[in-house]
Amino acid sequence: MDTQSPYAKKISKRFRAKEKLIKYFFFLNGFVTVLLILLIFLFLLKESFAGYTDFNLSEYFFTEKTLADGSTEKIFEWFPTSEDQRLSIVPLILGTLLTAIPATIISTMLGVFVGIYLSEIAGSRLREILKPIIELFAGIPTVVLGFFMLVVGATYFQDVFFTTSRLNAILAAVGLSFIIIPIIATLTEEALRSIPLELRMASYSLGATKWQTISRVIIPTAVSGISAGIILGFGRAVGETMIVLMASGNAAELTLDVFRSVRTMTATIAAELGEVSAGSQHYFALFFIGTVLFIGTFLLNLIAELIINKMRKKIRF
Amino acid sequence: MKDVKIYTENLSVFFDYIQALNNVSIQIKANRVTSIIGPSGCGKTSFLRTLNRMNDLMHGFKMKGEVKIDGVDIYDDNIDVVNLRKLVGMVFQKSNLFPKSVYENLIFAPKLNNIKDKNKLDEIVERSCTQASIWDEIKDRLNDNALNLSAGQQQRLCIARALSVNPDVLLMDEPASALDPISTSRIEELIFELKKDYTILVVTHNMQQAARISDFTAFFYLGQLVEFEKTTKIFTNPSNKQTEDYITGRFG
Repeated sequence: MDTQSPYAKKISKRFRAKEKLIKYFFFLNGFVTVLLILLIFLFLLKESFAGYTDFNLSEYFFTEKTLADGSTEKIFEWFPTSEDQRLSIVPLILGTLLTAIPATIISTMLGVFVGIYLSEIAGSRLREILKPIIELFAGIPTVVLGFFMLVVGATYFQDVFFTTSRLNAILAAVGLSFIIIPIIATLTEEALRSIPLELRMASYSLGATKWQTISRVIIPTAVSGISAGIILGFGRAVGETMIVLMASGNAAELTLDVFRSVRTMTATIAAELGEVSAGSQHYFALFFIGTVLFIGTFLLNLIAELIINKMRKKIRF
Repeated sequence: MKDVKIYTENLSVFFDYIQALNNVSIQIKANRVTSIIGPSGCGKTSFLRTLNRMNDLMHGFKMKGEVKIDGVDIYDDNIDVVNLRKLVGMVFQKSNLFPKSVYENLIFAPKLNNIKDKNKLDEIVERSCTQASIWDEIKDRLNDNALNLSAGQQQRLCIARALSVNPDVLLMDEPASALDPISTSRIEELIFELKKDYTILVVTHNMQQAARISDFTAFFYLGQLVEFEKTTKIFTNPSNKQTEDYITGRFG
């Protein structure tokens, strides 16, 4: 190339330091975030699998007990501080599911309808008032909700259901619903509102009523967005700590009865990690619970994200 | 006049405080194609949507005057809007098929009318697709996702879908503006075919298209009906200066 020509000089490459700097600055921010999450995960992994000398990984799930007749029986118990230590996380997983699943069911029933109401039925002025109020629910400190369920909710609950345990899984689930309803409601509302106006117009112009348009066009088109909201809500229920710590009763029982006390994985970590001696098998077990929670919620979020992406592709308008 | 299908008298339309139509009086003949031309924002689409009361869905809509179809005042309190829209079908500027199969798109409206018999539904699908001259292309693709068809096919499928409820009147809002010339000419041929059975109103920005397809042309400007005449007259010898300026491309 003739670098001497004035034209070549005008259009020759320039080094733009500011552009480069800005690019690297933003890259660095994104990179640090990803790196931190990765490091947290590696730390969890390292701590949960450290210290195995005479410990078998299967003992995180069950311990074998030799009976009098010589046969063995699998027992699933969480007794971390007993002389005869048992560290099965199975009752804790059950406890988490027994609170998170009812909470998700309650919140789905209410949240989806609230979302439909906000998006399709409420007028724009009413929506602008209601939506922030519903979102405010998600912002209530969970310790306040836990306290409320512990003091007020539990009493009314026992009066109505005559439960044997005053604090139980379903009580915690109701407490969890307060924060999960807003999640499902807002995500449902967003999914419904992302349905293009053209589709509604198509439906109305063919002589569909409002309800027919909602039920036959809008909801079927938005169903993946709604289910992503439900999955994210479930993920939040699994990861929530304070409410279940205060309202679930914290007894690590192997039960499927939602009216009994349960102990969740999160509550176990929160309650025990402060008092455990570092480096003990109990300490490692708590980190193992953390790893299981991390992977579980990560997978739930990933699935929700994939479903939302798929929906965006489906309604390419 | 016996063959007048749609009749408006001093029709004015407002959206909040903006007036979209101003005293429009027009008589549209049955089984004819009427083009509606005019620059953007002149009230063409508002006029079209007044005829199937889609404007009712718009924020702040108010109207004054009279709109009659077959002599019936469609803004009367006794009119059921939902049933009116089954008689006055509409095709939009951009195809707006549901993200479902071709077949499901076509049976959407019949199912609203509680037609459940499979043979009857099949019959409607074949009839409306044949009328929209798309049957040969899609009869083997009825279970494909409708959004996988080409843009021109999608628009003709929209027409087929509008025909599936047996309307009297077909309103088309720039039905070919997003299509290539070949697909456009197919739509135009189709409009010509359809006027045997339907009264058709077509909003268009394309003057040549209006001249090619329509029997009558209405020129709207700033919410007013400036001129309404036989298409041949309007394009050869318009009586209004504004019409002439618009048609010859002096503004618009």
